[in-house]
Amino acid sequence: MTTDSSPPQLNADAFTLRRRPPSEKLVDTGFRQLSLALASVVAVVLLGIFLVVFTGAREAIATFGLSFITTSAWDPVNESYGAFVAIYGTLVTSLLSLLIAVPLGVGTAILITEDVLPKLVRDATGLMVELLAAIPSVVLGLWAIFVMEPTIRPALDLLHSLLGWTPLFNTIPKGPGMAPAILILVVMILPIITAISRDALNQVPEELRQGAYGVGTTRWGAIFSVILPAAVSAITGGVMLALGRAMGETMAVTMIIGNSNNFSTSLLAPGNTIASMLANQFGEADGIQVSALMYAALILMVLTLVVNIFAKWIVRRLSLRY
Amino acid sequence: MTLTNPAPMPAQDVCMSLQDVTISYGKFEAVKNVFMDIPKGQVTAFIGPSGCGKSTVLRGLNRMNDLIPGCSLRGRVVFDGTDIYAPNVDPVEVRRRIGMVFQKPNPFPKTIYENIAFGARINGYKGDMDELVERSLRKAAVWDECKDKLKESGLALSGGQQQRLCIARAIATEPEVILMDEPCSALDPISTLKIEETMHELKRSYTIIIVTHNMQQAVRVADMTAFYNAEAVEGGTGKVGYLVEFAETERIFNAPSQQATQDYVTGRFG
Repeated sequence: MTTDSSPPQLNADAFTLRRRPPSEKLVDTGFRQLSLALASVVAVVLLGIFLVVFTGAREAIATFGLSFITTSAWDPVNESYGAFVAIYGTLVTSLLSLLIAVPLGVGTAILITEDVLPKLVRDATGLMVELLAAIPSVVLGLWAIFVMEPTIRPALDLLHSLLGWTPLFNTIPKGPGMAPAILILVVMILPIITAISRDALNQVPEELRQGAYGVGTTRWGAIFSVILPAAVSAITGGVMLALGRAMGETMAVTMIIGNSNNFSTSLLAPGNTIASMLANQFGEADGIQVSALMYAALILMVLTLVVNIFAKWIVRRLSLRY
Repeated sequence: MTLTNPAPMPAQDVCMSLQDVTISYGKFEAVKNVFMDIPKGQVTAFIGPSGCGKSTVLRGLNRMNDLIPGCSLRGRVVFDGTDIYAPNVDPVEVRRRIGMVFQKPNPFPKTIYENIAFGARINGYKGDMDELVERSLRKAAVWDECKDKLKESGLALSGGQQQRLCIARAIATEPEVILMDEPCSALDPISTLKIEETMHELKRSYTIIIVTHNMQQAVRVADMTAFYNAEAVEGGTGKVGYLVEFAETERIFNAPSQQATQDYVTGRFG
């Protein structure tokens, strides 16, 4: 309590910036314009790429039309092109790799975020997943050719001998093919799924977790009935991003998929993806073949764009308020 | 200074008995040497300044502290003849018999109906679920607000309604004891009043233990009141909580036997 009886003295003159000078306001405006300019660079680059690819593809679009998507001829001699095998390969490899990587990645994320194991083990696991993301894809491709594929060959042989009567496994595994490409894609998208799922699970409010235990749930009950449903929107978004990544992945896939344009339903046979086809043929292509490759590139861009828009939509649909 | 005051208990059934309970976070003791016999079928309030360990003790009563890494409890917490910290006791079973309402309303991201049905289902409820949902919501005085939107998300309710939904969720599993950790601290006075009315209703069937910072609330709802305080210890870094006095609410607020209690309930601190 103050014992001073005189009224407190206002000391407004001591604050010199009650009125902001024009120069400072100018800085504000300038900063806003600068941010706008920097942000629009991204948009301009994106638009530019789209325009270039589209212009390049125009000749092929005019020549082949939509039958480009449904035919699988790739014949430079007769100048007849169709990207069906590559589109099919892109979709099959990315979707199947997702099918394997989602349970693995979400499972790893649960393990890292829940206190099932000692903290040291969890931290080490998290670190290893992050390091996995740091391996260049060409290194993974080499590893796939020289280590992984020979190692899993017996398993693929077994699949062929047991399930050879189904269309999915009716060719003899001879080396590069769709199956090893799918597995290498799993390795490549696992970190993204794990990292995003881990962040999503970490963001589930602690109160929700406690509420679940408070009504007497077991750990399983809490994870599967409360924590995962609360995190599902962000996890789905991450899965969609991973799908986009898997569709566009080039180097490792090119090295292990076999680059064959002959259509086969068998996962053990060599195949092609749009990305690997582009990487393989750009060097020696000319004339309408370049245009056909541009057309394939355009299709790939549209596919990834659709996936990303779908991801945003799903995240918005599923997201919850807390 | 007297550490604990063995409360002269009237002849009553004891619901939970704390016997020399000390709870620590790592090496740091949060609250120590608590003895108390919490009576059955009554409302018991824990009051005291921040950091005195009253919430910690409350969470120790249904083993919620197990979820905090490094938190450990010494002593015995006897409920229904067994020490709930005995090695062969499953904490999940303890929590099914001793429910909890938290400080912040935390409905599950599910429909209102599912919020209630979830707990009942995992407790193996075999009866009529619709009826249980309605009964629980009615008991928690939130049925009128919810009855037309049982299929909507529990998160769509207002804060006060969410908290009563959480009370309904706790009631639905028909626990023997309901622990409430400052259930009204995030609510406006009207919602608070409704929840207090709910508590009066509930103590006919349940034992309620509530932590509150609001002394008027303790006076309004509690039959028994425990006053906790914290004191600095020699050589320690923080303060350690302890139970000062535990008696009928009347006595705590009008004729406490400890000077510290007198100072706290009349608003004179330190």
